[in-house]
Amino acid sequence: MRGAVICLVAIIQREALRFVSQRGRFLAALVRPLVWLIVFAAGFRAALGLSIMPPYQTYITYEVYIVPGLCAMVLLFSGMQSSLSLVYDREMGSMRLLLTSPLPRWWLLFSKLIASTLISIVQVYAFLAIAALTGITFPAIGYVLVFPALLLGGLMLGALGLLLSSTISQLENFAGVMNFVIFPMFFLSTALYPLWKMAEASTILRDICAVNPFSHAVELVRFALYGELNAVALLWVLGAFAVFLAGSLWGYDPARGMIRRKA
Amino acid sequence: MRLSVLLAAVFAAGLAVPVAADEIWVSNEKDDTISVIDVETLEVTRTIDVGERPRGITFAIDHSVLYLCASDSDTVQVIDPETGKVLHELPSGEDPEQFVLHPDNRHLYIANEDDAITTVVDTETRTVIAQIDVGIEPEGMAVSPDGKIAITTSETTNMAHWIDTSSQQLFANTLVDQRPRHAEFTLDGSELWVSSEIGGTITVFDVASQAEKGKIGFEIKGIHPDRVQPVGFEMTKDGKYVFVALGPSNHIAVVDQKTYDVLDYILVGRRVWHMAFNGDESLLFTTNGVSGDVTVIDVAELAAVKSIKVGRFPWGAAYRPTN
Repeated sequence: MRGAVICLVAIIQREALRFVSQRGRFLAALVRPLVWLIVFAAGFRAALGLSIMPPYQTYITYEVYIVPGLCAMVLLFSGMQSSLSLVYDREMGSMRLLLTSPLPRWWLLFSKLIASTLISIVQVYAFLAIAALTGITFPAIGYVLVFPALLLGGLMLGALGLLLSSTISQLENFAGVMNFVIFPMFFLSTALYPLWKMAEASTILRDICAVNPFSHAVELVRFALYGELNAVALLWVLGAFAVFLAGSLWGYDPARGMIRRKA
Repeated sequence: MRLSVLLAAVFAAGLAVPVAADEIWVSNEKDDTISVIDVETLEVTRTIDVGERPRGITFAIDHSVLYLCASDSDTVQVIDPETGKVLHELPSGEDPEQFVLHPDNRHLYIANEDDAITTVVDTETRTVIAQIDVGIEPEGMAVSPDGKIAITTSETTNMAHWIDTSSQQLFANTLVDQRPRHAEFTLDGSELWVSSEIGGTITVFDVASQAEKGKIGFEIKGIHPDRVQPVGFEMTKDGKYVFVALGPSNHIAVVDQKTYDVLDYILVGRRVWHMAFNGDESLLFTTNGVSGDVTVIDVAELAAVKSIKVGRFPWGAAYRPTN
């Protein structure tokens, strides 16, 4: 047990160290959602207000709508980035070193997930702080309750990254992940437009958005920011996390997984 | 002994009468109804059927009755606020839209939009005591706190007409910007504010000289100036703010009552029209015609906290204390 905790702390420390030493990464993680908030929301400009939908109690501007989606965007990019770093670790051999630890493999991968999620949550809070400076604020309790929502959402997206990294053999393939995972996941979700708006364009689009686990991560964060629990979103996120984690454990199992084929 | 009996009586009375929360009454122009909102729970508790096209809405000063302009029924209805029943109707002239109750709690000054007159009605004898010719399409009505001056604004003539309430005669006419909609005196009676819907301004007059003292314009980032149309407005009693409904721009402007500076804009529902404060002026309720709801604004925070669905095309709002 004690060994497991030491392992978790060590992995978190390593991730934190890597994060601190990569200031550019932190900056990029902050600038990305801010550019969306400032440029995209300004272009959309629903100055006349969006219709009321839960958890909102009254009319909101588009800037207010988009913030929870951008929080989840930070988690998504960070989850994918950590999968990139896993590919790198594997190429460099430090992954092999980690996996030779006597602790169970699932615990090692889970520790890695927790570590990268915690790092991304720091980035989300930094983003929320800047959003607050531009006048987009949430109830005080929302800033506390959003933490578990971010943790779950981050773990789910991190697990997806882990699953993807087990299938990617080379760093160069990561561009494919950008194209085929990050962009569709982000655009076909409730991050940028509410479901009813998607339904106006096409019901198929709406249905895709409705089953996209990223949508549910966004909604979980959105409701939590207003001190509310979206139970459906919670179940979706937990379910997707279980599936992705199981998949990545299988992927990283040297006996069966894809790693063996590539090794 | 006597004290304990008294205390028991007070206690029993307290038990017998459930403490009802204060209410906001909203006239729904298209539904011919009034929606009653509970100020505590911010929910609609009652919907009352009234005459056709209800618009202007105000309580007697002692809140014993409600006066309501039923425009298409060409009458002012007097309603019992406890039961919601129409007690009787007052003669009002044709198409009454807005009105104002004189501080004597007896005389109603009513704008008759189609006839270009202001009708003065005695609510006790239920008779018309005067009809005053004013500009075309009169709408906004105000009366000074001392009761000496009544104001009618006319939409097409673009004027504020000043009426001496002792003689019921006009004594001054002042030009304002296009389509004046609403008028209010400041609490001390020294200033008259008039909103102009098409002109997009509020004109402030010095009451003593009827001279223009200031003009307030509005500008909301990202919204075309044509949509920024000041209509109803309300002043806080502490002399701090004036809240101005900006019609189809879906915003309420917050204006400094002293400096005339626009301090902030608050997003509310579609085509915001009139508004009412609760008793301690901590909350402001705005009627949003097109979206059919009422947005509640936290006055201290200057932020919208909730929008409540009411009937179709809510027009006016009035506050009723229940304790």
